[in-house]
Amino acid sequence: MTTTAVRTRGTARGPRDSLMSRTTAMIIMSVFTVYFLLPIWWLFVASTKSTGDILTSDPLWFADPQLLSNLGDLFAYRDGVYLRWLGNSVLYAGLGGLVATLLAGMCGYALAKYHFRGREFMFSVVLGGVLVPATALALPLFLLFSQVELTNTFWAVFLPSIVSPFGVYLTRIFAAGSVPDELLEAARLDGSGELRTFFTVSLRLMSPALVTVFLFQFVTIWNNFFLPLIMLRDEALFPVTFGLYGWNTQLNQIPELRMLVLVGALVSIIPLVVTFLSLQRFWRSGLGAGAVK
Amino acid sequence: MSAAPALASVASTPPRRTPLKVQHKGAIAALTIPFCTLFVLFYLIPIGYAFWQSLLVVERDGTYGEATKVFGGFQQYALVFQNEAFWDSMGRMFLFGIVQVPVMLGLALLFALLLDSSLLKGRRFFRLAFFVPYAVPGVIAAIMWGNLLSPNLSPFTSLTSSVDLLGPELVLWSIANVVTWVFVGYNMLIIYSSLLSIPSDLYEAARLDGAGQLRIAWSIKIPLVRPAIIMTAVFSIIGTLQLLAEPQVFQSFSSAVTSTFTPNMTVYATASVPNTNLAAAMSVVLALVTFVLSFSFLKFTQRKGIS
Repeated sequence: MTTTAVRTRGTARGPRDSLMSRTTAMIIMSVFTVYFLLPIWWLFVASTKSTGDILTSDPLWFADPQLLSNLGDLFAYRDGVYLRWLGNSVLYAGLGGLVATLLAGMCGYALAKYHFRGREFMFSVVLGGVLVPATALALPLFLLFSQVELTNTFWAVFLPSIVSPFGVYLTRIFAAGSVPDELLEAARLDGSGELRTFFTVSLRLMSPALVTVFLFQFVTIWNNFFLPLIMLRDEALFPVTFGLYGWNTQLNQIPELRMLVLVGALVSIIPLVVTFLSLQRFWRSGLGAGAVK
Repeated sequence: MSAAPALASVASTPPRRTPLKVQHKGAIAALTIPFCTLFVLFYLIPIGYAFWQSLLVVERDGTYGEATKVFGGFQQYALVFQNEAFWDSMGRMFLFGIVQVPVMLGLALLFALLLDSSLLKGRRFFRLAFFVPYAVPGVIAAIMWGNLLSPNLSPFTSLTSSVDLLGPELVLWSIANVVTWVFVGYNMLIIYSSLLSIPSDLYEAARLDGAGQLRIAWSIKIPLVRPAIIMTAVFSIIGTLQLLAEPQVFQSFSSAVTSTFTPNMTVYATASVPNTNLAAAMSVVLALVTFVLSFSFLKFTQRKGIS
């Protein structure tokens, strides 16, 4: 997006913005800010409480804050199984997201920049893949993986996660618009090989789309529920959301787990929030790409 | 218009000039084969395998005989169509989608328009605050809201003690609230980035003609961000039919959420019986229904746009 296409914000206030419409707008946004942030505030407050205080004290304010000792309990519980889950999630979503982004970027780029037989057909099939609900694949994947005895392994969750048809779709559109043919011709004249041009020049030009695809896939894998549910039995392989789900189902038998579930939930969303905020200048420009072209 | 509905416009892009011979075969192969191989392995083959499994039936040689799977044609599909639990769960998701998707996208559009208007101070803050829930996984969001809505834990005791938000009548809408909470900000951002790409001279002309903010929003902005809204709607329709984690978590808070509450929960419950062939047939039906719905939604909105 060039700077000329972006309007300068905040200077467009016309005489028609009455005080009333400005107040109404601010009230609407403020009310919804409460709606969006209150649950997170509640989670944060609850994470600082003892199991007893969670049930008895004011849910929206602190009572004997003991966040550090709660964190200690969380990380020590059952030989640190929580940290193991967190590590698993980082591996499934972080590494999986990276590999998925690279593969999708390569394919999307080839579809955008080269002419070859079957190109449109290939793209249509991949596009059909975007519309196939991922959960519809979980059961047949389980049946297939059990044929080759790979269920209940790291690969059972990792391998299906590195395929992102949506990523191919988005990177193709983006590459078509942001990697000029003239540049590729120039690189060819300079004697650069096609793959070298891709890895040194084109990938960089595609980076807003790649960051968007990475984030999208990262969140999809991090949130994936059906695949671990159907594939994994061994607690040591669980991603963190699935492990917390397991604890949450045991609350009736083991009420002390409530505190651990809440602290665990708080800790588990921190990597996602940090990832999003630190990469926001990239994904904001990439988000619209799928829609407007 | 360059802003035709996103998914469809690319598929129908007319082929550019056809080159005389294919160049750079090696590079094309190296770039496409890794993805395509995995796509075949983990998308196409599973779809084919699910379909094949759905055509098998288990036959026993007498009561105690060995069970063998034999080809049974569309017998499993006949069973799917008679399966009340499955269609109940489908109906529940239709109801859910008809209410939740318009509410969520309506809010997302409203917020995006407000962010894009000159009415607000602190846009950056609102944009981030509304988007933060998207970083909360469905399982965690459901755990949070389950706690917030359950009568003995909620900070809103006056509300939760008088209305049973987790009872059989309302639990579906409590789950809808969780999904809305997570996804409004995400959809808002998609629509908002689409609004940002509208050139401002369009507004200048309208303003000179005496159009107010509301009129500009209604007659210029909304029609121009239609493709973005359609894209978010398609993803929401797909997401609704796939709902699994949130209701599964809500089972811990509400006895009203049965093990066949959503189509995917029904598939999982059926597969755990284990009746994998029937579950495979259900998966195929669910995927087809999802595909038909999202595809006809795309077609329908496109046709409306042309006329």
